[in-house]
Amino acid sequence: MLIKKGAEANLYLEEWHGIKAIIKKRMPKKYRIYELDTKIRQTRTVREAQLIRNAKTVGIPSPIIYAIDLEKTTIIMKHIEGTRVKEVLNTPTFEKKQELCYQIGQLIGQLHNAGIIHGDLTTSNMIVSKNRIYLLDFGLGDHSIDLEERGVDLLLIKRAFQSAHYQYFKQCFDGLIKGYKQEVGEEMSKEVMKRLRDIERRGRYTSRGELHEG
Amino acid sequence: MMASEFICLGIESTAHTFGIGIASSENGVLVDVKSVYKPPIGAGIHPREAAQHHCEEAPSVINQALKEFGRKIDSIDTVAFSMGPGLGPALRTGATVARALATWLNKPLVPVHHAIAHIELASLLTGAKDPLVILVSGGHTTITAYAGRRWRVFGETEDITLGNLLDVFAREASLLSPGGPAVESLAKKGEKFIDLPYVVKGNDVSFSGLLTAAKKKLQMNYDLKDLCHSLQEVAFSMVAETSERALAFTEKKEVLLVGGVAANERLQQMISEIACEHNANFYVVPKRYSGDCGAQIAWTALLVHRSGIEVKVEKSYVKPKWRLDQVTIPWRDVQNCL
Repeated sequence: MLIKKGAEANLYLEEWHGIKAIIKKRMPKKYRIYELDTKIRQTRTVREAQLIRNAKTVGIPSPIIYAIDLEKTTIIMKHIEGTRVKEVLNTPTFEKKQELCYQIGQLIGQLHNAGIIHGDLTTSNMIVSKNRIYLLDFGLGDHSIDLEERGVDLLLIKRAFQSAHYQYFKQCFDGLIKGYKQEVGEEMSKEVMKRLRDIERRGRYTSRGELHEG
Repeated sequence: MMASEFICLGIESTAHTFGIGIASSENGVLVDVKSVYKPPIGAGIHPREAAQHHCEEAPSVINQALKEFGRKIDSIDTVAFSMGPGLGPALRTGATVARALATWLNKPLVPVHHAIAHIELASLLTGAKDPLVILVSGGHTTITAYAGRRWRVFGETEDITLGNLLDVFAREASLLSPGGPAVESLAKKGEKFIDLPYVVKGNDVSFSGLLTAAKKKLQMNYDLKDLCHSLQEVAFSMVAETSERALAFTEKKEVLLVGGVAANERLQQMISEIACEHNANFYVVPKRYSGDCGAQIAWTALLVHRSGIEVKVEKSYVKPKWRLDQVTIPWRDVQNCL
């Protein structure tokens, strides 16, 4: 049964050897030419499975991978029941926004400590399930300890807060940075934040001292 | 009708185009005249040269616009200008003309954000109400949607823009300016796909590595038609992918493609496919108005002025680095939900 048609892949909830499992299939994109499309889908399928496995070994909640099928660019994994962080944060009655973001910051810090870059941090790629936050969708990720990659990771989640959660931007991003600092330490956190600002400045239409704060 | 009609003359001068547009609150765009600075083959836009061009061309463009307008000059109610973002010297030339006209006519001066003007004119011409906007030009590569009185940026380039990528590549290949159309027509004849770096970071894109790689392949004497084809395929696929991500995330029911590169047929085809895939209506700015023009400034100024926004001549400094998401939009009456 198709449960989600995402930009990157379709998600199906199916019976798989007697258990409920998510089948994540990266669909061919009509707009992309064949050579490019095949390469992108296969690379990301492999990368996602590898990175989730590595993230799990350092204790990051993420779905258990049951199997992958490279021919069909498909990953079969555990079904996580819960609510996307996107919906949780935009619930006006939910008061613990900053605490939730603190925990997200901790998870990102743990990933970075383990040399993993998520590559696509948005609030729709995180699920709250039984008081734990699960990270999903590692397809754009990488193994890296580069400051640049870490900076981009934080920039992506900052932008997600600015655009989709602009009403709560400050409390969310402040909470996230505190949690991140808790994991990576004062010094590394400072360096990554400095790089984040450098990356923003490199972009279009940002000037020194006039950085966009949401 | 005529009594309540409000007329605005708008001046565009952010980059290579000096344009005058005249728009009416009742009848939309009335006049659109422009003169485009063309750098020599192999060179880019030199800001000072562009400003010089605008300075020399301004009188004849204004005269032509007023001639086409055909009514008395004092029927113009406000004068507007592109306040930013753009090239400082070019912006200042347009602003100087606007200040002089406003002072002479004794009419209010209205500041307009160039990118928002692209979006507003395209919305008028296509009828899009609450779209996910993909703005691709020499100055912008931005994926944005309106919420809470601002355009919120969901994705953008982390370095150079799509228009910039095509222009610089075309310049290196000694193609005629503007580079986009030159690359497009060669790409149509290209067949072989040459592997080039595809860089997507979440909803963001980065083109600088792609440009360097394409330039290297150019020096290695790869077939120019194949290179143009491959460059377009890789760059446009990156934009299409990030747009699709933003579309899935925002769940908007309309997609609007605007800016100079929106005129590219291959890009239109890709974006219309992602819109179709997510059951959203696809709109693209008409080719005639995809590039920079005075009409976008004149039309948007009507909306800006209706919200009570004006600027005093002595305070009308240009803003070369004015970000799209820093502008508060009082005039859009769309629901704020995402």
